[in-house]
Amino acid sequence: MLIRALHDEGVEMIYGYPGGAVLHIYDAIFNQDKVEHILVRHEQAATHAADGYARATGRPGVVLVTSGPGATNAITGIATAFMDSIPMIVISGQVESSLIGSDGFQETDMVGISRPVVKHSFMVQNPEDIPMVVKKAFYIATTGRPGPVVIDIPKDVTDPKRKFPYSYPESVKLRSYSVPAKGHTGQIKKAVEILLAAKRPVLYTGGGVVQGEGSALLTELARTLGYPVTNTLMGLGAYPGSDKQFLGMLGMHGTYEANMAMHYSDVVLGIGARFDDRVTNTISKFCPGAKILHVDIDPASISKTVAADVPIVGSVTSVLEEMLELIRTSETQVDRQALELWWKQIEGWREKECLKVTPAQNDVIKPQQVIQCLYDITGGDAYVSSDVGQHQMFAAQYYPFDKPRRWINSGGLGTMGFGFPAAMGVQFAFPDAVSVCVTGEGSFQMNLQELATCLQYQLPIKIVCLNNQALGMVKQWQDMQYGGRYSHSTYSESLPDFVKLVEAYGHVGVKIEKFSDLKTKMAEAFALKDRLVFIDVMVDPMEHVYPMSIKGGAMKDMILSKTERT
Amino acid sequence: MRHIISILLENEPGALSRVVGLFSQRNYNIESLTVAPTDDHTLSRLTITTVGDDRKIEQITKHLNKLVDVVKLVDLTEGAHIERELMLIKVKASGAQRDEVKRTADIFRGQIVDVTSTIYSIQLVGTSAKLDAFLAAISGVTILEVARTGVSGISRGEKVLSV
Repeated sequence: MLIRALHDEGVEMIYGYPGGAVLHIYDAIFNQDKVEHILVRHEQAATHAADGYARATGRPGVVLVTSGPGATNAITGIATAFMDSIPMIVISGQVESSLIGSDGFQETDMVGISRPVVKHSFMVQNPEDIPMVVKKAFYIATTGRPGPVVIDIPKDVTDPKRKFPYSYPESVKLRSYSVPAKGHTGQIKKAVEILLAAKRPVLYTGGGVVQGEGSALLTELARTLGYPVTNTLMGLGAYPGSDKQFLGMLGMHGTYEANMAMHYSDVVLGIGARFDDRVTNTISKFCPGAKILHVDIDPASISKTVAADVPIVGSVTSVLEEMLELIRTSETQVDRQALELWWKQIEGWREKECLKVTPAQNDVIKPQQVIQCLYDITGGDAYVSSDVGQHQMFAAQYYPFDKPRRWINSGGLGTMGFGFPAAMGVQFAFPDAVSVCVTGEGSFQMNLQELATCLQYQLPIKIVCLNNQALGMVKQWQDMQYGGRYSHSTYSESLPDFVKLVEAYGHVGVKIEKFSDLKTKMAEAFALKDRLVFIDVMVDPMEHVYPMSIKGGAMKDMILSKTERT
Repeated sequence: MRHIISILLENEPGALSRVVGLFSQRNYNIESLTVAPTDDHTLSRLTITTVGDDRKIEQITKHLNKLVDVVKLVDLTEGAHIERELMLIKVKASGAQRDEVKRTADIFRGQIVDVTSTIYSIQLVGTSAKLDAFLAAISGVTILEVARTGVSGISRGEKVLSV
């Protein structure tokens, strides 16, 4: 019944791992061929794979895990999806209803343990409730600000002996859940007036534009106005990264020009972004001269950290459409003269070339060069899933994404071990696309068991490992703030031979140690189109990620290199 | 400032824990909490008193509204309202104090609902401030036990919190 309901909901694929409490469901999976089940090697990877699938396609990812440890293993992945507002359905088995509360074997209170990291959760009490619960779960997960929804099902509820007449509901209405429709027209009008009167405007957009399918409209708005655009880490690709109006990413490791433009702006239009601490730096010093216009589908995101002068609650597409229409018909025109001066100022900041890479001596590879090389080889058109750490920031800085849903990373929770299983989800969604995982030797070891899954399903993922033999971001902070005391951030003597490791799993491994080999060996690896290739690139272990915002400062306060600060 | 937030909540298992969890998760403070079903058995009514500046209260109400089980809510302190709390208090009442306790209870319109030769159990209804004042007024008496229900409230006039 559950599998039938999933099929009726349009689910093609679920990621899971069997166990006692879900055996009835697995038997149902065995007896059908409409919903494909992907067997992972760890429940956390199931959630990340479903997450990657959801980010790349826009459709909800579906996960099936057993009770107890199966459920708890899924928590990290659920929290990851929750922080980044990714639609996901997690079905967890539960012990039999009669055993709940008795500390039965593999019992855990999944609804309770997942509560702070889900949009909503259900415990199914009766078999006949299954279709309606599934319908509600998908509706809640995918509408408004998306998020993960847990469905906990006691084993007796999926007992095939308990039969009931099945029908899948066509629609669902919840009296206590409504999705914000269009934004308030008066507010949008007010925002457009302020926007058109701006002399130093910036469009600051986040993951909401990607999630809300607002990229085309954002691009149209930016082009119509001629205003500069910056994206958050989650919003990369929402505006073409190679466009000249694009200032790069903003925030802690954002570009000099993006952060300077934000700080000195007079109007900030925030769209689907949440003014989080990695963007704003010190709130009291944030954009001192700017009026804040904030568009978000979640009212709780507005004025949470930075008070908005004009709050607009609504979907990105509906608000942007209305804005564009108002701009077209408005008598006020953009102040071209002021804009020209503003761009001149921005060009001045751009001349700093804050992302310029100075090649290393002695054929040593700089991590940034690896990403640049990856960009060239893939023509800037790959799906790039990233883990968390320095390599994540380098990828965000040096791989400009021209399309949304190409950059898959754990922004909010910062989950190491996310990238590889997420790249699997991407590859499952788009078997013919180039799915790359940019990782580090630290993150990769958090979910490397999925090499087996990749063998089973013949996933030709390309894993680019920026191997600096240390937990690079931790080490960078220890360099900068803890007097270079590397407390538990280095382990160079105990690293595995990754080439042999992936070969043991039946894949191809390549090790690159010299800059002069980088291009050819990377190209060779990517030429192996039907194989998983792990590219272990030994990079300069002392490299830091710059620019980096200065703690306690404003957005304009940045460290630009080991020797230069603003 | 102190706020009284009244919530209509789906009367479903786990719904209350979502509300309470939200407060601890986001570092908001619950001063008191009352909850019971309403005339409509599918709905519970919760009343929470909390303290915070306008911005914090706005965040609290926004986040509460986001909970799928929350059907409707109102911040009663935004308008004229009636708030009541019930207190049961057990005090030592012997010798000269016995009369004193009775007199004070009468002044506060409390009722003595249980009596032994040495103990009074008093019931008192009113605003939280009135209950506090009563406790202060009998501070010379040995208090054995205090049970307060927490605040419940309703808007004055035509304003109604309903589905």
